[in-house]
Formats: sequence, structure tokens, C-alpha cells
Amino acid sequence: MVDKSKVGLTDEPTEMPIERGKIREFAIACMSRNPEYVENKTPVVEPTFLTTANFWMSAGTSPLAQVGMDLKRLLHGGQEYVFHGVPPRAGTELTMQTRVDKIYEKEGKRGGTMTFVETVTEFRDPDGKLVAEARSTAIETGQAPTEAK
Amino acid sequence: MGVTWDSLVEGEGPEPREIGPLTRTDFVRYQGASGDMNPIHHDEEFAKSAGFPSVFSVGMLQAGVLGCYCTEWLGAENVRRYAVQFREQVWPGDHLRFTAKVVRKYEEGGERRVDLELLATRVESGGAAIKGEATFVVP
Repeated sequence: MVDKSKVGLTDEPTEMPIERGKIREFAIACMSRNPEYVENKTPVVEPTFLTTANFWMSAGTSPLAQVGMDLKRLLHGGQEYVFHGVPPRAGTELTMQTRVDKIYEKEGKRGGTMTFVETVTEFRDPDGKLVAEARSTAIETGQAPTEAK
Repeated sequence: MGVTWDSLVEGEGPEPREIGPLTRTDFVRYQGASGDMNPIHHDEEFAKSAGFPSVFSVGMLQAGVLGCYCTEWLGAENVRRYAVQFREQVWPGDHLRFTAKVVRKYEEGGERRVDLELLATRVESGGAAIKGEATFVVP
């Protein structure tokens, strides 16, 4: 059950070091054919790499976890990354902070009312400069889908 | 990479890329790499108890493949925005076809930029798995 009072909830700034091995692992998992991610000794991150922030957030206390979405009815609606310059390179020590930006409802074609939760994570370099932003849209469907294909 | 400004034409893009058939191993490898361990993508019993016929792919897996398809074309350092909307779910056995095209070519803030329209299509059904957009600078 989504708790709408959590809009605006923001976590504490958390470190996210950008690591070469993780960039390589992520490139392989994403079936990348781009040699820049594996041959460069200080590669930049892939366009969706910042999703690995999962590893640096404390499970259960992230703002999204506190909204209380049901995993069996959870869909990922969309994801956006904005880079304010060249994407961060391996070796960069980022600091990130996530907030619950919006919660709203729409009527779905099947599965009843859908609840949308948008979170925004800001990533800053050691000088405090905003280098990237991630916006994630999670959807809780009104009932478990019975027809999925 | 090595793409020149003059070679970029609105309405055109790189050769499509096709992957598949996708396997549960692909899903698990992505989940391990990304840190998203939602069981609905690897635990058959969990997926069925939630009303699905089987486990299904992680949206961010196909989004990741699509993103790397773009940077393979225009360069890893040059991406400034990458956005996806997830449409149809992707199932074990699916093939996916990735396409991109330039929809706008312009200069902004002293930089040459292109906006792209992106698509990941389920080959067997013809349905869209992802509709996306991206912006790249072109040095």
C-alpha cells in the first residue's frame, strides 16, 4: 500500500564511488559491444550505470522502500538520466541523495487504479557540483496482473 | 564512434542491433550486476504467484542494452540525456531489435547536439518493449 504522505521524503547524502570493475561488469551484463567501457582504464559510466546506486543505498531505508510498494504489483514505468557534462569516470567519488518527488494515480486499462511514484536522485562530485540526475517512475498496479503476454 | 557531424542526418540512424533469444541467465547476470534482486525476474514460483506465466526480463536490462547501442554509435563520453519508457514486458525466448534515429540536429550552448528517438522491439510479437529518447553532443 502506497503511503502518499512520503512525498518530499529525502534520505541522507550517501557515497557512491564509481569503480572500473563495476563498469566492466555492467557493460558485460548489458551486452555492450562498445570497447570504451572495457579498454579504457578510466572509463565513463554507461548511460544506465547509475542504477547500481542500489549497492550503496541501505536496503529498507531508501525513500522508495519507505513508500511501501507491493513487489508483486510493482512495474517500472520509466527511467531518465541527465548528465551535466561528460558522464562520471571510474575513480570519481560521487555523493547521492534521493527524494520522493511525486505520487499520483491514473486509471489503468486493466488492473484498476495505478499509483505512480517518481523519485529523483542527484549525484554530486567532491566539489558539490551536480553531475547527474536520475528520475525513476515506479507503478503499483491495482491488482496482480492475470494476463501479461 | 568516429561519427562526424556532417554524416548525421535527421530521420536516419545506425544499423539496427538484434539480440536473443533472451535467457534467464541474461536476467540473473543483469540483476547481479545492477543490484536489483527483485525475485519476479528469476524466481519462477514467485512470478507465478504474482499472476505471471513465468519470470520476465528486467526492464533496465533492455534499457541498458539500448543505451550501450547508442554509445557504441555516438561515443560513451557524449551522452547527456537518456530516457526510457517501458511498454511490453520481455519474456525468456524473446529476441529484441534495437533502433535509433536522429530527430533533431542543432547547436546549443556552443555545442553541437543531436536528439534521438529510440526503440526496442520484441521481434516475435512486433510489440514495443521500450520507447526512448536521448541527447548526445557531437564533438
